[in-house]
Amino acid sequence: MAARRCLGLWFFLITLCVVSTGADVLHTTPVTGTESSAAGTETVVARELPEAPSDPGEHTAAEPTREGEQNDRTRGGEQTLGQPTREEEQEQEKTREGEQTPAQPTREEEEEEEEQEQTRGEEEFTREEEEEELTREEEELTTEEEELTREEEEQTREEEELTTEEEELTTEEEELTREEEEQTREEEEEQQTTAQQEEQTKRWEATELEEEHVHDAAVPPLAGDPPAADPPSPPPSKDDFQEELVIRPLHSGDIYASFQFRTVWDADFMGDQKVSHYRLFPKSLGQVITKFSVRELHISFTQGYWRTMQWGQPYLPSPPGAELWVWFQDTVTDVDGTWKELTNVLSGIFCASLNFIDSTNTVQPSASFKPLGIGNVTDHSFLRYATLPREIVCTENLTPWKKLLPCGSKAGLSVLLKSEKLFHSTFHSQAVHVRPVCQDPQCRTTSMELRQTLNVVFDLHTSGQGKREWSLFKMFSRTLTEACPLASSSKVYVDVTDNPQGEQFELSPATPLLTQAVVLGDRRTYSVYDLTQQASFGSSRSLNMLLRWKAADGEMLRPLLHSERYVAGYGLQAGEIHTLIYNHHPYRAFPVLLLSAVPWYLRLYIHTLTVSSKGKDNRPSYIHYQPSKDRERPHLLEMLLQLPPNSVTEVTVEFERALLKWTEYTPDPNHGFYVGSSVISALVPSVVAMDTNSTLDRPLFSSFFPCKEEASYFMRVYTEPLLVNLPTPDFSMPYNVICLTCTVVAVGYGSLYNLLTRTFQVDEPSPGLAKRIANVIRRFRGVPLL
Amino acid sequence: MGLLSDPNRRRALIGMLTRMPVDWLVRTMQARGLEVYTQRFSRKLPFPDEDKERYMVKGTNVYGILRAPRAPRTEALVLSAPCSPGNENNQAVGILLGLAQYFRSQIYWAKDIIFLVNEHDLIGMQAWLEGYHHTNTTGMDWSPLQGRGGSIQAALSLELSSDVVTSLDLVLEGLNGQLPNLDLANLFYAFCQKIGVLCTTQGKLPRNDWDTTSGYSHAVQTMMLMVLKQASSRPWGDHGLFLRYHIEAASIKGVNSFRPYKTDATTVGRLLEGMYRKLNNLLERLHQSYFFYLMPSLTRFVSIGYYMPAFGLLALILLLRALDLWVQLSSPPTRTTEDGVEVVPASPGVLSILTPLVISHLTGVALYTLPVLSQELAVEHFPVSETEAVVLTAIAIYTAGLALPHNTHRLLAGEGTEQGWKVLKLVAVLYLAVLLGCTALINFSLGFILALTLVPLAAFITPHVPKTLSAVVMVILSPGLTLLFAVFFFQELQETPVTLQEGWMLYLSVISQGILDHALYGSLLYPLAALLVYPCWLLFWNILFWK
Repeated sequence: MAARRCLGLWFFLITLCVVSTGADVLHTTPVTGTESSAAGTETVVARELPEAPSDPGEHTAAEPTREGEQNDRTRGGEQTLGQPTREEEQEQEKTREGEQTPAQPTREEEEEEEEQEQTRGEEEFTREEEEEELTREEEELTTEEEELTREEEEQTREEEELTTEEEELTTEEEELTREEEEQTREEEEEQQTTAQQEEQTKRWEATELEEEHVHDAAVPPLAGDPPAADPPSPPPSKDDFQEELVIRPLHSGDIYASFQFRTVWDADFMGDQKVSHYRLFPKSLGQVITKFSVRELHISFTQGYWRTMQWGQPYLPSPPGAELWVWFQDTVTDVDGTWKELTNVLSGIFCASLNFIDSTNTVQPSASFKPLGIGNVTDHSFLRYATLPREIVCTENLTPWKKLLPCGSKAGLSVLLKSEKLFHSTFHSQAVHVRPVCQDPQCRTTSMELRQTLNVVFDLHTSGQGKREWSLFKMFSRTLTEACPLASSSKVYVDVTDNPQGEQFELSPATPLLTQAVVLGDRRTYSVYDLTQQASFGSSRSLNMLLRWKAADGEMLRPLLHSERYVAGYGLQAGEIHTLIYNHHPYRAFPVLLLSAVPWYLRLYIHTLTVSSKGKDNRPSYIHYQPSKDRERPHLLEMLLQLPPNSVTEVTVEFERALLKWTEYTPDPNHGFYVGSSVISALVPSVVAMDTNSTLDRPLFSSFFPCKEEASYFMRVYTEPLLVNLPTPDFSMPYNVICLTCTVVAVGYGSLYNLLTRTFQVDEPSPGLAKRIANVIRRFRGVPLL
Repeated sequence: MGLLSDPNRRRALIGMLTRMPVDWLVRTMQARGLEVYTQRFSRKLPFPDEDKERYMVKGTNVYGILRAPRAPRTEALVLSAPCSPGNENNQAVGILLGLAQYFRSQIYWAKDIIFLVNEHDLIGMQAWLEGYHHTNTTGMDWSPLQGRGGSIQAALSLELSSDVVTSLDLVLEGLNGQLPNLDLANLFYAFCQKIGVLCTTQGKLPRNDWDTTSGYSHAVQTMMLMVLKQASSRPWGDHGLFLRYHIEAASIKGVNSFRPYKTDATTVGRLLEGMYRKLNNLLERLHQSYFFYLMPSLTRFVSIGYYMPAFGLLALILLLRALDLWVQLSSPPTRTTEDGVEVVPASPGVLSILTPLVISHLTGVALYTLPVLSQELAVEHFPVSETEAVVLTAIAIYTAGLALPHNTHRLLAGEGTEQGWKVLKLVAVLYLAVLLGCTALINFSLGFILALTLVPLAAFITPHVPKTLSAVVMVILSPGLTLLFAVFFFQELQETPVTLQEGWMLYLSVISQGILDHALYGSLLYPLAALLVYPCWLLFWNILFWK
C-alpha cells in the first residue's frame, strides 16, 4: 500500500512537472503507463486538498490529472509571485523535456529502459521508505517542523527523480549544475507531500519491527548484538550496503575502473523461517537462493578478454562470455535437476542465454573451484561449473544487473553505469557473487554476502582520443554528486602506487586521504574520496576526478603468471590444443591447477597429452580426467603442475574433429565452434615477498623473514577461448536445390513414369554384365557377338 | 670493385645494407598502439636461388596486433606487406602503418587485425604461418610466436612499388593451385567500383564487349593465363601460403603503367579500409561462393560445373580405351596353326609387366632425388654453378630415361608378346586415368593441361604405329617439353614474348624455381611430375618400343 502511494506520489510529481508546461504536452507525458495507479494519485491529491484553495467536491469527481494540473497551476502562481526568474528557468527546462518526450517512442530501447526504470522505481521506493523508517524510528513525525530537518533526505529523493529525468536528456555538465539549483527549489514544493508520506509509512514501521523481533528470536544466542528490546533504541542493522569504485591508471595509457557493490545480510536463507521481507538484498536473488538451496553462486558476464600482459592482474578475473559456478547445499538430492532449473531461472533474471547450459557443457571440477565463502565442503558433487564462451554481453544484461542494486542507477556510484559509455570500452565484465560470510569475528553465525562487481577498461585510442588524460566525465559522461543514501560506505579509490611524488600523473582534485592495501600480492597505495563526506565534492558539488599523465609510457612490472592457448595444425581432421603457461618469477617455482573443459565434438587423444617446461618433461602431480560421452558430457581435464621459475610450460593434447549430425550444426556452422577458456588457478608468490633484499621504507627488523601472509596469493587466470572449425557440409542453396529437385524427380516423377511405361514380361536369365558390355563393343567393331 | 666481384660476398653485403628496419618497425607500431611481436627465422635453401640471390636466409618478421575492443581473441584478419630488400615495397609498408594508426582509433572492430611485415617475402610468410599454426612441414627454423589472435578468417597481402598507381591487380592463385573463395574477388571488385579504381586480374582489364571476337579472345587469354598460373602450383603472391590453412587470402598489387589517370595511396587506403570493414562484419568464414573457378575477367567466372565435364570427357577416352583393352584381353583371339591345333597364347608373366613399372618409377625417384643430392659432385667436375648443376642434372636424368626400353628388354628373358604390351598398356592407361583424375580434383588446370598432352598419346600408342614419327610426337608431348611450351605460351599471353635463347634460360630457371618451391613451401608439382607423371609417360614410351 505504501509502495503504491509512493508510486502515486512520484507520478504526481512527474505530472506536476509536465503539466505545468501546458495542456498540449499532457497527451505525451509518461503518465500513459500509470492508469492503474491513478487511484493513488487521486488520494494524494485529495489529502493535499485542505491546503489547496480549490473545491473539494470537484476534485473527487474529476479525473486526477486535471486536478494535478490545477493544483500545479495554483502552486505555480504562488511561485511566480515569489521567484519569477526561477520559474522562467523551470519553464525552459520543462519545455526541453516536453520536446524530448515525443521523440522517445521512436527508440524502442530507450522506451523499454524507461519502463523498466519506472517499475524499478516502485521497488526502490519501498526499500527506501523502509530504510527511512528504521533510521528515524523514534522520531515523532506529527509536526511539520520536522520536515525541515529532514530536508537532506528529501533532497536525495528529489535528486533521484531528477537523474531519471536526466537520462532522457542529453547530458551535459552545465545541465547538471543547473538542475542542482532547481532541486533546492523543488524541495520546498515537496514539503507537504512528505508529510503525507511519513504518515502513511508510520504504520509500516510497527509491522516491520515485529517481524524483526520474531526473526531475531530465532537466532538469539548467536547474534552478536543484543536484540533491540526497547523501541527507542535503533534495532541492529541487519543488512549493510557498501559501494566503492577503484580506478587504476594502466601503463599503456588505458584506464581500469572496477565497481564493487556489497550487500551483507544477516538472514539465514536455509533456516526454517522463510525470508520474506527484503530490504537491501534483492528479492529475486534471495528467492532463487532459497528455492534452489544454493550455498554459493558466482556468475559473470564478460565481453572482451583481459590483457594480462598490458594491464596486469584484474581484481576479479572472468573468462570471455558467461561463466556460472554454483555450490549447492548438501541437502540437495537431485543436483543435476536443480542445476538445470537454476540455470533457466538465472537466464530469465539476467536476460542471458544461460539456458543453453546443459550436460554437454557442465563439468564438476574436482579441485579448481573451492567455495569462496565459509564452510569446508569437499564433496564436489555439489559443484557445477559451466561457461558459455559465445555469450555476448550488452545492455540487456546490464539493466537487470543494475536492478539488483539498492539504489538502482539513481544515486551513488551507480549513476556512472551508463551503457552507452560502458560498452564503448575495451573490456567489460559484470559479475554477481553470492556467498556466506562470517557475521562476526567469532564466526558463530553466517550472513549472506552479495557482491556485484563491474570492471571496465577504457581505451586510450578510442575512448580517450589519444590524449593521456582521464576524468570521470570522460569515462562515464557523468560525475558524482552524492553517495547512495542507503550505503554505509561509499568510496572512490585511485591507485597512486606508481605515483608517489606525482611524477607519473597528476590527480585533481587532490585528496588528503591515502590508504594502503595488499592487493594481488602487491602493496598498493590509494587516494580515497569518501562520498559520504560532503567535502569530497568541493564547491562545485560534484566530483569529477581528473587524471592527467605527465610521463609517457611507463614500464609495467611483468605479471608473474600469464597464459596463452591456441589450436595448432591445419586441415579439418585433426588438430592440437596448445596451452602455454608462463612463470615470470625469477627464482621461485609455484604450483598451478589447470582446468580445461573441452566439448565432446573435439575428441581428445589423451595419450598424446604432453607437459613440458624448459624442454624437459614435466610430470603433473595430480591429473583428474573425465572422458567425454558423445552428446552427453564434455571432457574434463584437471592437472596440478609445478611451474619452474622463469619458464614456459607447454601442455599439448591432440584431438580429432568429430563429424556432427546435420541437425547438430549451429545456424552458422562456418563460423566455427567455441571451446571455453581454460582456467588456471595458482598460488603465486607475491611481489612483496619477492624482494627479500629491499629495506625500502621498512624498518630492518621487519624484513628478515619473509612475511608469511603475503608470501603468496591466490590468482586465477583464464585463457582465450578457442574457435575451432569442424568439417561442415555445404549447407548452401545449391545443395538444397539439388537435394530437393533430385528427390522430387526420383521419387515422385520417376516411380510414376516407371509404372506407366513398364511392360511386364517373363524373360530368360540375362547374360552377365561384362558379357553385355563386351557385346556392345563387339557390335561397334563388327566382330561377331559372343 | 674487387670487393663486389665475388657474388657471395656481394650478396652478403647487399643483405646487410637492405635488412629490414626491425627496431624502427617495432617502435612505430608500438607508437600506434599495437601489440608488437617479432619472429626470427632462418632457412638454408637446398641450392642457391639465383633469381632472388639468396641461399642462407635469415630474417625477422614484425607483426602488430590490433586487439578488437570487447572481442575474445578468437578471430583475426591479416594485412601483410612483404618488406623486400631495396625500396620495392616501401609504399605498401607505409600504407600498412597508416592503416594501423587509423584502424586503432576505431571502435567497430570485432576481429583482431594483424599487421604483418614479413621479410624475404614467401619464406618469411611461410615461417610466420608455420609459427602461428605451430606446424612444421618444410623443416624451417623459426622462433615461436608470442602473440596470436585466434583463427584467421581472411588475409590480404599488399604490394605497391610506387606512390601512385594506375590500377590494382588482384592475384588469387595460391600454392598447389588453391584459390580463395570467389567472394573475396567479388569484394575487391565491388570496392574498386565504388571507389573508382581500375582493377584487373592477370593484368588484364575487364572488357564489356563479350560478344565480339576480340573481346572473346581477350577473355580467353585472361583465362589461359589463370590456367597456366594455377597449373604452375606455385604461390603467385604472399597470400598463396595462407590457403593451406583454409584462410581466404589474396594479393593486391599496385600497377603503375603509362595511363594518365593515377590513383594515390589514400585511395588504396580507403579501398583496404572498406574491404577490412566488410571482412570484419563477417559472421562466418567466406564459404557461400565458389572455391573452384576460372576467371576470364574480374567480373565473370567459369564454375567447376562448366569446366569439369571437359576434363571428364578427356578422361573418358582413357576409360574406354582401358575397357577395350580389357575386353580384348579377356577373349584372346585363338590362332589356328597349320596342323589345325588351336594355340592359346600364354598370358604374359607378372615380371614382364612389373619390370617396366619398377624401372620407370626408379627413374622417377632418381629424377626427384638426384639433382639436389648430386649438386656438389656436379659443381666439382663441371664448370657450372650449383643452381645450373641441379637443373642440368634433372634434364640429364630426364633424357636418360628415354633409353629405358632397351634396358628393359635386356632384362626381360624372352620376347615381348602381343598380350604383354596390351596388359602393360592397360595398366598404364588406368594409371594415367587415376593420376589425372586425382590431379584435376586438386588442381584442375594442371590436370587439364596434362590430360590435353598425355591422353591423345595414351590413346593411340601401340608398338605397331610408325616408330620414328610416334617417337617424335611422344617427345614433343612429354611433360618436360610441355613445360617448355607453357613457358613460351605464358610469355606470349603476357605480351612479353621472348626469343628462343631467353626462353631456354627462363625454362631453366622455371625448373629450378619448381624444385625450390617444393623444398620451401611444399609445392607438389615437382614430386608429382617426377614421381608419377614422368614414370607414367615412360610406360607409354616403353610400349612404343615394345618388341
